[in-house]
Amino acid sequence: MADALLTLAGVHTHIGHYHILQGVDLAVPRGELTMLLGRNGAGKTTTLRTILGLWRASAGSIRFEAEDIAQCDTPAIANLGFAYVPESMGIFASLTVRENLVLAARSGPLDEARLEWIFRFFPPMKKFWQLPAGLLSGGQKQMLSISRAIVEPRKLVLIDEPTKGLAPAIIQNLIEAFAELKKSDTTILMVEQNFHAAKSLGDSVAVMDAGRIVHAGRMADLAADAALQARLLGLSLEAHQ
Amino acid sequence: MNAASADAIPAQRFDWIPPALLLAIVLGAFAMIGTPSTWVTLTVAGLAMGLLIFIMASGLTLVFGLMDVMNFAHGLFIAIGAYVAASTVKFFSAAAGADSFLANLGAVVPAILAAALVAGLLGWFFERVIIKPVYGQHLKQILITTGGMIVAEQLIHVFWGPDLLPLARPATLRGSFLIGDIAIEKFRLIAVVVGLAVFIAMLLLLNRTKIGLLIRAGVENKEMVEAMGYRIRRLFVGVFVAGSALAGLGGALWGMYQESVTVHIGANMMVLIFIVIIIGGLGSIGGCFAGALLVGLVANYVGYLSPKIALGSNILLMVMVLLWRPQGLYPVSKQ
Repeated sequence: MADALLTLAGVHTHIGHYHILQGVDLAVPRGELTMLLGRNGAGKTTTLRTILGLWRASAGSIRFEAEDIAQCDTPAIANLGFAYVPESMGIFASLTVRENLVLAARSGPLDEARLEWIFRFFPPMKKFWQLPAGLLSGGQKQMLSISRAIVEPRKLVLIDEPTKGLAPAIIQNLIEAFAELKKSDTTILMVEQNFHAAKSLGDSVAVMDAGRIVHAGRMADLAADAALQARLLGLSLEAHQ
Repeated sequence: MNAASADAIPAQRFDWIPPALLLAIVLGAFAMIGTPSTWVTLTVAGLAMGLLIFIMASGLTLVFGLMDVMNFAHGLFIAIGAYVAASTVKFFSAAAGADSFLANLGAVVPAILAAALVAGLLGWFFERVIIKPVYGQHLKQILITTGGMIVAEQLIHVFWGPDLLPLARPATLRGSFLIGDIAIEKFRLIAVVVGLAVFIAMLLLLNRTKIGLLIRAGVENKEMVEAMGYRIRRLFVGVFVAGSALAGLGGALWGMYQESVTVHIGANMMVLIFIVIIIGGLGSIGGCFAGALLVGLVANYVGYLSPKIALGSNILLMVMVLLWRPQGLYPVSKQ
């Protein structure tokens, strides 16, 4: 396994009176796609948001390369080389596709070669270049959200349930796009409920339950072990296969 | 891959209904007033009033849209702008009293710039000291900004005294242009020109610059803007200062329009300003512009046609607009 780009050790997160993350230990290997799985309410989204500083960790350390980022604010963390695709997609509806991507390109003007690379994954982004993002379909909004995350090279891309609510044809398109993205050695931490998508993309996997990591290992091992899948992911698994 | 390649291009349509409503009101007023010269005079007066309100309200709507801050002290910046303009015009009284338009500009332009500058600086101080500690707490924002306004009004009494302060318009800006039997007040035309210039400048800023894109994006989803690496708080301070400066500019023009300044000049405008930003859609500059014109025109037409209901006409207008479009004329999508 590659060395860890991101390491969480004993991370706790409280949201109001609720104790959501209860000691998360997680290592995200550099250059790999790590899947974060678990039942609804296990703490997957909170883990991503805590890494990015959108929720502040109440205890534990979050190390990105050599730096502890647990108490950094969100813009400072993002500027270390993070990109984020939230579950809600977070697109700016009144801005055009182009304007959404212009904002995502923090370091300067849009790179034409990089754009062409993105258009190969997501042709609708080229087609609807000057259209307000609010007029896109659900699948196209998801493509835009992902395009924003990769419009410039990033060290770590956090992606929260990219296939949620999308039609099977669009999901297959996204799987193909992520497979292409993996070839660029981008490190990705992805929350996913769709086990078919997870096992076809993931290099490594971590499974959460009740605010803790209850299993970590290679995705291929989990995919090959039906009993382990049933034990870790329960009945919800069948619905997603 | 060929994702969604079969999708048709969605239609991008400008919402013409609010401009059509404005046009309908203008034409309806023409039918009811009957006299073309009176109608033109009232229309120009309504546009001037609307554009002045737009200048004063535009900053507040962005502040509310961007950070959900309810600043009940916005009228303070209007009052400060008016007082600073009065003092500046007095300082340049020789230029203001001259019979040359250019010489008059030598008093008006410094007065407007000084008003915007002082109001902007006060806005920066106000945001740092009064607003910053109460982010995300609406009730406290209402209480502390109202309290801040009361304190500031007393400070205005200390500096400028409790009496009404005259703010005489320079000689060449008084009176009217006469075209046939149509009289158009000169200062109203200036207000229209300045208001349109501010609107166009804001449109260019919001649509053609990265700062403008960030403001629009921040109004929609500030968490995502931060997750992209931008410091929304710094952006907010800038918007607050710019909004305060615009309120100061609007206050200077409104003071010249009224030819006098009192400490309540800003507070008196706040009802109309709140009506405008609610009608327009909170956080929407286009909505603020349309709402301001609507309020200005309706106030002038109703004031002429039925003076008895003039006071309540804008409240009635707001109620009707909200029954029709509860989120305002041009709502901003929020996440």
